[in-house]
Amino acid sequence: MADVTLTIDGREVQAREGSTILDACRRMRIDTPTLCQLDTLTPVNVCRVCVVELEGARVLVPACSRKVEAGMKIRTDSERVRHSRRLVLELLASSVDMSLCSPQVRGWMDRYGAAPGRFGKQVATVAQPVKVDNDLYVRDYSRCILCYKCVEACGVDAQNTFAIGVAGRGFDAHISTEFDVGLPDSACVYCGNCIGVCPTGALMFKSEHDMRAAGTWDESKQTVTETVCPYCGVGCMLELHVQENSIVKVTSPLDHSVTSGHLCVKGRFGFEFVQRRGAKG
Amino acid sequence: MDIRTTGGPATAEEMAAVDGLLGEPQPADHRVVHGGRAMRSQRHLLLPVLHAIQDRAGWVSRGALEYACRRLSIPPAEAYGVVTFYARFAPQERGPVALHVCDDIACMLAGAKVVEGAHGAPCLGLCDRAPATLTERFGEAYEAVQTPAREAARQPGSRLLRRVGVVDPDSIDSYLQHGGFAALKLAREMGPAAVIDEVTRSKLLGRGGAAFPTGRKWQSVADAPVRPHYLVCNADESEPGTFKDRVLMENDPFALVEGMAIAAFATGCEKGYVYVRDEYPLARRRVGEAIAQARERGYVDFEVEVRRGAGAYICGEETALFNSIEGKRGEPRNKPPFPVEAGLFGKPTLPNNVETLVNVLDIVNGEFADTRLFCVSGQVLHSGVYEVAMGTPLRALIDLAGGLLPGRTMRAVLLGGAAGSFITPDQLDVPLSFDGTRAIGATLGSGAVMVFDDTADMRQVLLRIARFFRDESCGQCVPCRVGTARQEEILERMLQSPNGDGRADVMLLSDIAQAMRDASICGLGQTAANAIASGLTQLKVLNG
Amino acid sequence: MFGAGGGTSSYREAEETDLIVLWGSNARETHPIFFHHVLRGVRNGARLIAVDPRRTSSAEWADVWLGIDVGSDIALANAMARVIIYEGLADTNFIAHATTGYEDFARCVEAYTLERAEAETGVPASAIREVALAFGQAPKGMICWTLGITEHHNATDNVLALINLGLLTGKVGRYGCGLNPLRGQNNVQGGGDMGAIPTRLPGFQDLEIPQIHEKFSRAWGGADFPHQKGWHLSEMFEAMERGELRSLYIVGENPARSEADQGRAVRLLSGLDQLVVQDIFLTHTAELADVVLPAAAGWAESEGTVTNSERRVQRVRRALEPPAGARDDVDIICDLAARLGSDFGRPTAEQVWDECRSLSPMHAGMAYRRLEELAGIQWPCPDESHPGTQFLHARLWKDPVEGPLAPFHAVEHDPPVDRLTEEFPIRLTTGRRLDSFNTGVQTNEYTSPLRRGEALVISPEDGARLGIEDGECVRASSRRGSVDVHVRFDHSMRPGLAFMTLHFPDQVATNVLTIDATDPKSGTAEFKASAIRIDRIPASVPSI
Ligand SMILES: Cc1cc2nc3c(=O)[nH]c(=O)nc-3n(C[C@H](O)[C@H](O)[C@H](O)COP(=O)(O)O)c2cc1C
Ligand code: SF4
Ligand code: SF4
Ligand code: SF4
Ligand code: FES
Ligand code: FES
Repeated sequence: MADVTLTIDGREVQAREGSTILDACRRMRIDTPTLCQLDTLTPVNVCRVCVVELEGARVLVPACSRKVEAGMKIRTDSERVRHSRRLVLELLASSVDMSLCSPQVRGWMDRYGAAPGRFGKQVATVAQPVKVDNDLYVRDYSRCILCYKCVEACGVDAQNTFAIGVAGRGFDAHISTEFDVGLPDSACVYCGNCIGVCPTGALMFKSEHDMRAAGTWDESKQTVTETVCPYCGVGCMLELHVQENSIVKVTSPLDHSVTSGHLCVKGRFGFEFVQRRGAKG
Repeated sequence: MDIRTTGGPATAEEMAAVDGLLGEPQPADHRVVHGGRAMRSQRHLLLPVLHAIQDRAGWVSRGALEYACRRLSIPPAEAYGVVTFYARFAPQERGPVALHVCDDIACMLAGAKVVEGAHGAPCLGLCDRAPATLTERFGEAYEAVQTPAREAARQPGSRLLRRVGVVDPDSIDSYLQHGGFAALKLAREMGPAAVIDEVTRSKLLGRGGAAFPTGRKWQSVADAPVRPHYLVCNADESEPGTFKDRVLMENDPFALVEGMAIAAFATGCEKGYVYVRDEYPLARRRVGEAIAQARERGYVDFEVEVRRGAGAYICGEETALFNSIEGKRGEPRNKPPFPVEAGLFGKPTLPNNVETLVNVLDIVNGEFADTRLFCVSGQVLHSGVYEVAMGTPLRALIDLAGGLLPGRTMRAVLLGGAAGSFITPDQLDVPLSFDGTRAIGATLGSGAVMVFDDTADMRQVLLRIARFFRDESCGQCVPCRVGTARQEEILERMLQSPNGDGRADVMLLSDIAQAMRDASICGLGQTAANAIASGLTQLKVLNG
Repeated sequence: MFGAGGGTSSYREAEETDLIVLWGSNARETHPIFFHHVLRGVRNGARLIAVDPRRTSSAEWADVWLGIDVGSDIALANAMARVIIYEGLADTNFIAHATTGYEDFARCVEAYTLERAEAETGVPASAIREVALAFGQAPKGMICWTLGITEHHNATDNVLALINLGLLTGKVGRYGCGLNPLRGQNNVQGGGDMGAIPTRLPGFQDLEIPQIHEKFSRAWGGADFPHQKGWHLSEMFEAMERGELRSLYIVGENPARSEADQGRAVRLLSGLDQLVVQDIFLTHTAELADVVLPAAAGWAESEGTVTNSERRVQRVRRALEPPAGARDDVDIICDLAARLGSDFGRPTAEQVWDECRSLSPMHAGMAYRRLEELAGIQWPCPDESHPGTQFLHARLWKDPVEGPLAPFHAVEHDPPVDRLTEEFPIRLTTGRRLDSFNTGVQTNEYTSPLRRGEALVISPEDGARLGIEDGECVRASSRRGSVDVHVRFDHSMRPGLAFMTLHFPDQVATNVLTIDATDPKSGTAEFKASAIRIDRIPASVPSI
């Protein structure tokens, strides 16, 4: 595909036609905050934290989904951009428990001076009890920023099981199974691909949840080893997260050509047999 | 699609409702099944099926939803997301009658109260009949009844309204006697290109609120190489205080059908939809029957379907409307791509407002004049739809509606509905034109003109607007989803304690407003702070 | 497959092809992540065709599903080929250029008229024709299969019949085309590539070719090892039966549970003079052993490589310390060698691999470092500058063809050995479920919320005919034995068909029922086709 030339923060850049402003920003090493974007998922452009100012446009545009066009003039650090990014982070953090988000997210909060407390104390939040309804993973929607990633991973972008969707509307919009039934009554097949893409810790291995509750979760003691799933012949690459000689979580690299980060229930959760040290058969 | 359903079975009644729409299910074939794409392409039937279920049973049970999902090959969790998106669908059991009481601005001013057991509703598009209600009786003979009209709105000398109250809306012959389908005949003689030229030359601007040049839109669709092309008539009319499209559809439905036929002819649309809000049962019926009669007489030679909304203001936003027709949640899409390139079902689409399409008749007939419909409501003597020339001063329009009630003084006018802004008594001479209103930082929007006199509780009005946006935000983007909630909370806090930290809260509101305006996906979020900001600054609601 | 024992295509190609045929493969459940690629292809516009006696969850995604009788695949494939030939859809240029044996093949399929195929397969002729045309007309297309093709007494013929279709339409050796067996375990492909097949040495090199034998013998210090091929699994059991095989060393297999006709397998294993089992579990087979060698888990407790169904060689690594006493397979083998008087040294996994690379041209370029950098490499990869091979047999399109031509094989339909009779009227077929694996040794250790235990899955029609209720415990009997099992009704089953898995041998020993008729060429047993009867158990507990 052809290249187009555009200007970002006063610098001219070449970008491939069909690529996004975000791609171009990344190539220029401009750190752009993103929450709902993932390279393996179709952009939903809902979080709006990545917005940039495009000359001639009435409103800011989402860098993660807006395609580059020749001659675009873009500013990524204007007052308007900083304001909207700050507000998005503040609004989110004022309604959601973002304490398990990556350090990167905290970095953006600092950079834009987000002060979520300033809306006051008596504000609506999504706080609610953790949903623990099976032995494999838990859902803590008080941490959910509604980035739609889990829905996409469960749906068209990977798993195509559609066990979860967005239900409700407005501030009441939330991730839900049909009629909010528990996972065992839902269509869920426990592939854990939703967990794999969740950026907030709202979806979590039960092992991690329990260890956190017990105070034994310690990432500094964990190793991550790449290997291949022991089951079928597809050859999915696994990342085994091991703490004290126990597997505590399984992921797959997003950029792996076989999996794109996605697994099935066996690869994701079927590891117990190497840690039950009794004889069986 | 491998669909897993775990709820109980549907009742015989629910199954009958679904089968009534989709036909009897085929017995299982154990040797050959044509599934896949053919099955999945039925997704767009979801809303019609949900309506069929609810009309019959009064609510959408899990068993019924799953039955519909199996028949249409839709995952139940997605369908549940759709059910819960639309205010009109009830996922909980309820009685055989649902009473919807409007508690929006005009009806509030008219003293509306949501009685026990009734559902409060945003503007029902019956502001000229305020206080307004909509009553649904479920069952085999489903029926939805609106507050009846007081008198037929006749306006001698008007152009767009000339047949209103004159023709028999149920009869194509009556329409033909009043010059009906002459424009279509002429258009077919002129050919598509000439029709588009005329529309472009007329400088007609869309009447749905965004005021986009209609000719340009038509040209783009006509030029789009991808097929098929779709025509979508936006009859979702849910902007509080707006009811002109209803008046047109109820009283002159054939004019809309003719306008659509011309538009489809000029832009090469193979298929058309009219998306009518759920709260307009009469308009929906009349348009549907008009289409059938026109088809029978050969005036409509392309496929047109009437689709029924389900209680979501956001579905008036064109891309949300496309999603709704496709059987999805009415979440707006990011633009570009624009509808003319990739709209309904991803194909080139021409979305036009009802009034816009009706205007086309006169353009083709050479009788076009730049007039526009305004919906005057609130505290005036004669609420109703009025047609005036562009540039008419606001004051003259209000006079046309009989002016204020005796003994009252003007407090404010809300121009353009909830997405519009307030005008103060000293601005009443503003000419009703796009430029005229822009000069004072207002917009004509959808043509809603709500009048408030000195008895109106403007705090309650502002709060109602804030609540409207919080309720109607689709919820996908953060600035709007959380911003509209924070806006309402802060406003409520400010109004409750005028001695609180007012300045800081005003700052907060303005910070939120800027982010909503700049970073929201669609017009709802982008305008959700306008009326409130103008109320606080122009009307000084806090200080009075 | 004409000289290379691996799937010809990359997973990626499934995303960019026009037609995918899943033949005897429920990839949705057995190869879920491969199915992701298939679904991406479907989203990109590919048609999906499923051939399977059951309407599996994979088949539910298919645009067309053909529910053939178990074991009638060749009849279907040959009839499709005949349609393709008659309709002029055969790629005659490719056939002339790159294949042999076409005339014989064409003569053979001539007998497979649509009428005959309908009679043999149970699928209407029109559907067979439709699928044949779709396959013949698709510019690109691939066929993927699993055990539905290979767990038959004539497995090799089944595969050849599918290969014929690929050759006939030139759908091999091009991007987006191919013939792909989906392997059942993470290193079935690698095991074969490494010579764990009676006729092969590492690198899939033919043991019986003197130069190759010579090459290995030289590399292994002049070691003398057999010049003729050995036995495959079923032949070993026959040899045990004859008393010729008296001593067995089993590494990581559980034949006491996984073999068809389980009673016979256990009897023969127990009758050996010496049985050594090396495994990570004390399996049922290990319980029969004289010596058990506890091994480390290959995928998490030791280093090495495995090869997947797209020929991608990938690293496995040690993430956990094995339990005390369990040792790496390589260590155990080297130690064993030492006890037997041969010094293998103490090589690391990488050293073993490098030795393999020095002897196997197709692995030569796959240094550990490169495997890491490229996240796996697809063979053949002849040297360290080679990127690996995305799809095989591009050589067939070269002019002139590089290497041998691809042969057609005339193969005839041969129904399952275990005939359906009045006494045993129901066809039992076996398969796997999403959350479990083979005999469940590994998967039964985690608590899957999906797991519902073993059941005899039948159609509700059969249930009604036999007077049994959903969930009732019944007796299923074949000519070899019987088991008691709960029935589960499933609408995806047709009358006359029953389904079980092998996942819960301790709960229900499915392999008591299965037949050990084996394919003479590949040695796989006909797990997919047993004849059974279902009887009510008098006074049984009615439901679970
Ligand atoms: C929140 C929102 C609600 C809208 N509601 C309506 C509506 O009810 N009717 C309408 O015609 N246009 C509505 N619009 C404008 C449509 O998106 C679109 O611009 C219009 O239908 C185009 O038709 P026109 O060019 O004929 O005006 C709405 C826009 C937004 C952002
Ligand atoms: S575990 Fe898999 S199937 Fe279940 S909700 Fe998550 S993505 Fe969907
Ligand atoms: S659960 Fe996680 S992935 Fe899903 S929407 Fe919430 S934050 Fe995003
Ligand atoms: S601005 Fe509001 S209504 Fe529009 S897309 Fe965003 S959340 Fe939805
Ligand atoms: S990252 Fe762009 S909108 Fe969320
Ligand atoms: S109908 Fe009540 S405000 Fe419009």
